Order: sequence, then C-alpha cells, then structure tokens
Amino acid sequence: MSPKTLYDKIWDAHVAHEAEDGTCLLYIDRHLVHEVTSPQAFEGLRMTGRTVRAPEKTIAVPDHNVPTTAGREDPAQMTEESRIQVQALDTNAKEFGVHYYPVSDVRQGIVHIVGPEQGWTLPGMTVVCGDSHTATHGAFGALAHGIGTSEVEHVLATQTLIQKKSKNMKVEITGKLNPGVTAKDITLAVIGETGTAGGTGYVIEYCGEAIRDLSMEGRMTVCNMAIEGGARAGLIAPDETTYEYCKGRAHAPKGGAWEQALAYWKTLFTDEGAHFDKVVTLKGEDIQPVVTWGTSPEDVLPITGVVPNPEDFEGGKVEAARRSIEYMGLTPGQKLTDIEIDTVFIGSCTNGRIEDFRAVAEVVKGKKIKDGMRAMIVPGSGLVRAQAEEEGLADIFREAGFEWRLAGCSMCLAMNPDQLSEGERCAATSNRNFEGRQGYKGRTHLVSPAMAAAAALTGKLTDIRDLM
Amino acid sequence: MEKFQKLHGVAAPMPLVNIDTDMIIPKVFLKSIQRTGFGVNLFDEMRYTRDGEEIPDFVLNKPQYRNAEILVAGDNFGCGSSREHAPWAIADFGIKCVVSTSFADIFFNNCFKNGILPIVLPQEQVDILMEDAERGENARMTVDLEAQEITTSEGTTIAFEVDEFKKHCLLNGLDDIGLTMEKASSIDAFEARIAAEHPWM
Repeated sequence: MSPKTLYDKIWDAHVAHEAEDGTCLLYIDRHLVHEVTSPQAFEGLRMTGRTVRAPEKTIAVPDHNVPTTAGREDPAQMTEESRIQVQALDTNAKEFGVHYYPVSDVRQGIVHIVGPEQGWTLPGMTVVCGDSHTATHGAFGALAHGIGTSEVEHVLATQTLIQKKSKNMKVEITGKLNPGVTAKDITLAVIGETGTAGGTGYVIEYCGEAIRDLSMEGRMTVCNMAIEGGARAGLIAPDETTYEYCKGRAHAPKGGAWEQALAYWKTLFTDEGAHFDKVVTLKGEDIQPVVTWGTSPEDVLPITGVVPNPEDFEGGKVEAARRSIEYMGLTPGQKLTDIEIDTVFIGSCTNGRIEDFRAVAEVVKGKKIKDGMRAMIVPGSGLVRAQAEEEGLADIFREAGFEWRLAGCSMCLAMNPDQLSEGERCAATSNRNFEGRQGYKGRTHLVSPAMAAAAALTGKLTDIRDLM
Repeated sequence: MEKFQKLHGVAAPMPLVNIDTDMIIPKVFLKSIQRTGFGVNLFDEMRYTRDGEEIPDFVLNKPQYRNAEILVAGDNFGCGSSREHAPWAIADFGIKCVVSTSFADIFFNNCFKNGILPIVLPQEQVDILMEDAERGENARMTVDLEAQEITTSEGTTIAFEVDEFKKHCLLNGLDDIGLTMEKASSIDAFEARIAAEHPWM
C-alpha cells in the first residue's frame, strides 16, 4: 500500500460514497452549531419536513451574540436581533433534540473551546461547524473545517458533506522556540510566509519539534488560524500530549472503549515517504514575537520592525497596503513599538484558554495597566473562567486593572456589546484584523497573549522580551 | 435553487485584493434569521457613509454599475468567515457571477449553493475582463456555463474550468440534500460499520 498522509488516512476512513468524478460524501462525526449560522438551516429542515439525522453527534452552544458582563441572563442586555438569534437556537436545540449548552450553563462558551473541553472532539474524527475557526479542532488530529449555512443544513439532514479531496501541504517548524515566542507567533509567522491565499486548496499538517513541544492549547492556537492562511483545515498528529488532554473528559471514551480508541489513534500519523504537494519549513529559532500592522492577517512583522511602504509591495497588494495603512492611521517607516494603543482584548477561540491566561498573569502580576487603558480578559468558556478563578489568575487580572468577563466571542467580532469605537486602536489576541472586524472603523493589531498583556502595561505595542 | 445557464449583463470591476467577508457583509447585518434581504447592505461600509448616504465613488453606486450582474474582482475574493450571508447578499443584490484569480474555499463552495457561479481565471485573463468591465454599462459580457465560456463586449472568448458535479447542479438548479438523500443506503451502511468498528465515535 502506498504511504499516506494523516489527512489521507482520515479522509479515506470517512468516505461514505464516492462518485466517478471523485465527488465524495464525507461522513461527519461531530457537528458543532452556534446561533449565527444555523437559524436558516433549521428553518430549511422545518420547511422540507426533514429531521436531524444524528442529534447525538450534534452539539449547540450560543457564543457570538452573548454579552460577557454580569447579569447577562437578563434579555435586555442583548439587542432585539441578538435575542432573536439566541432564542432561535434555544428553540431549535430543544425541538430537534441536539446536545445543548445554554447561556445559563457553566459549560457554555465559545463553540471551539467547549467542543474539546467536553471531549466531543477526538483524534481521527471529522468535525464541522458553520464557522471558519472550526480549524481549531485539527489540533487533535481531527479533520475539522468551517462550512456555510447550506452545508450546515446538509449535515443536519444527512450527517455527510459533499466534498472533493484537497491537496496535502506540510508546514514544518523545526527546532526550539526562543523565550517570548508562542504558538500565536508561529501561526502568524506561517501566514506571513504563505500569505492569506497560500493555503487555498490545501489541508495543512503542522509538524516538527516546535509543534510537538506545544501543549494542546498551543496546538489549538496554531490550527485555529490555518483558515487565515486560506487552508481548508490544519492538522497535528495526535501523541501522548493529545491522549493526556482527552482522557477523562465528559464525552471521551472510557474503560475498554478508551483502549480501543487509543489503539486506533496510534495509527494516525503520516507514513514515511508520503507525498505532500507543498512543503513550507520555518526554523523555530528564527521566529520572533510578531504583530500585524495592516488589515489582513498576512500583514505581519516582527515587533522590532517598522510600518512598511506600500511601494515595497507588488501587484494588487500595493493598493491594498496603501488602503490598510490609511485605515490603520499609520505612517510608513514608523516603528511598530511606537504605536500607541487604547484597548486590549484578550480572549477568543484563538487565545481564550487557561494557558493563555497563565501567560498573561505572568506578565501583569503585581503591576498595573496604563492609566486610561480599556483592557478586558474574556475566558473561552465558563469552565476556563472557573479554573482561572481557582488558580488565582482572576485576582491578578482584577488587581492589575483588567475587566474579567464571562465567556463568549466578545470583541473578536463585535456582534455583541463588546466593540471598538471609531478610531480606537486595540492589541487583540483574536484572529482577524479586517476593516471593521472589532467595530466600525476600529483598528486591530493581532498579537500573542503575552504581547497583549505587555501592551496593556505600557500603552504601546511592546516587545515582550523587553519585559522579561 | 435558481438555475444558472447563460448570463448576459454588466460587469463591475473591483480590483482590490483580499476582499473579505466582513467587507462583503459586515457582522452587524448577520443577525437576521432569514436568507433574503441582505442585498441592500452588500459592501455596506464601502458603499455608505455612517449616516447611510451613498458614497458616489464606490463602484456599485455609479450609475453604470447599479445593475451589475457580474463582478470582476482582485485575488483571494471572499476570504475570512464562513458566513453564507456573503453570497446571500451578493445574490440578493443581483450579482450571479464573480470572476477572480482565486477565491477562499468556504466562500467558493457557498456560492454554488446559492446559484452564483464563481470563476477562477489566470491573472492575464482577469486583467482582460477587468479592463472590459471598466468601460461601464455598454460593455456587457456573456457567461455561458454550458459552453464554459465568457465572451467580452468586444467578442473575445475566454474558456473557464468548473467542477462537473457543481456545473450539473447549477445548470439544473438542483438541491444538494435531495441528491444526497438518494444515497441514504450508503450512509446507513457506513454508519453501521463505524458503530461496529469505532463505537466511541
């Protein structure tokens, strides 16, 4: 048998039907659902008299619209439209009998944090959600990607997706990371290298010593942003770190089933000599703490750099860079560490896990954020919040002057009350710096949690290594 | 789904690269639970001032492009979120075909589910179409899906590739779910096998 990549293996194990032209019905093991991209899909089922084929494999949680402040059970905290979407999910989850974590449940949080935390996401599975950051779950060696609402309806009705296979791409990060460099810097550095369309048509497998050395939290951060590089999905082969994370989780297999699953998971790796259509290699020691200067995640530079000149680019990117620099209110040649910020957002499905908050606490412990700074820390789930409280992190944050919020997507996409105002400039641990992403005319610089914490203290984009 | 067979209409030029889904339909408009009505907010932040006034310079506000049915766009169109509200807004505005050198994967798939034909062409050919689109409403292009050809206003013909299955569905306006349900026995068999081999899945 010819050698296979990890992606080949998971793909082959899920083809329920293949047509002559290679169009496949890919079986879906876990379908995650949130309130923004699902109402039209459930409505479609209702209109055609269809049902959810596998409600036991379907997990719903509201996250995009929910406020993150105390007293949010009060519907008056949401706008009319937000309330309608959340209520629609409540109703649909009950009517169609899917697993559900309502706002009042301590396990509620961002769908991509709740899935792994509850043991729904496991190695070798196919996982989809009507959300592009579904790529997160690839950290477990699960084939996970975002889908549109028509596809959400298709999966609800048939538990399959109509798919053609993508190409294989290997992204290898060799060696060790230097102090101050994190999973977020790895994933941004890769996008800086490949561009936001560099992964289009591919599924990426991340490998190499620097990836192996990451915790599950770090691996989720890396895979989360595979989509920002244009890839359909990102994958990391499961290993002891993965098994250790999964063991004992609410919906992970137990006893004999655990042993059986483990034996299978140990076959999930890329065979020696398997073919990759594209290979990108970065040296771990070359990666520096990075920050984005523009309005595309590919606009990334080491924090020691300067705002580029649009003329340094080629083709359509010249105009895009000019537009970005104007939108961001920057000047070519300006040092990135001279950029003053007024808002810090720490959270999201990219960096809203316990390890992220430990990194922040290490930087801000015993210190105060800059006067006038608006800084919020938003846990990715109610359970992350509880753990951070228990570990004493929440006290450190509050004493430093951060707002310590309830779980949700919050200011990552500003579909809820947490938003930037016009002209505000934010150091954010989230995943997109698009125009208006965090609020109309708001300006976003993507950074790691430690770098966001440093910026909160100094009031400027800051090289974390200067505070170490 | 509405059929897509042959289209003869005005093409609007949008040469900007990396036009993302937040530009196509900003998140404040994602709160509807309907599939329709998004066209008025297509490209909202580029198209209107904060007070809701039209920005005259924006391409779809120019008289010659107000009824555009084709969009010729820069690289990596539709990158970002999975929101199907983006193709819903495009279709609701009346655009049925988008041409670019590349599209983001999820957006590309979403188009086909909504009767929109996304066409990928090499840079040189996108440049020819962009130039043609710049001429305004007198320059009407023809997109023939059956023949897989675009004809410019000057009669230049450009061939394009499209996935056979997706073409078949668009030409006939077929509903994916109905087609898949015809293969229910394959899904049943697959589920039975998984339940036996990997019950924990």
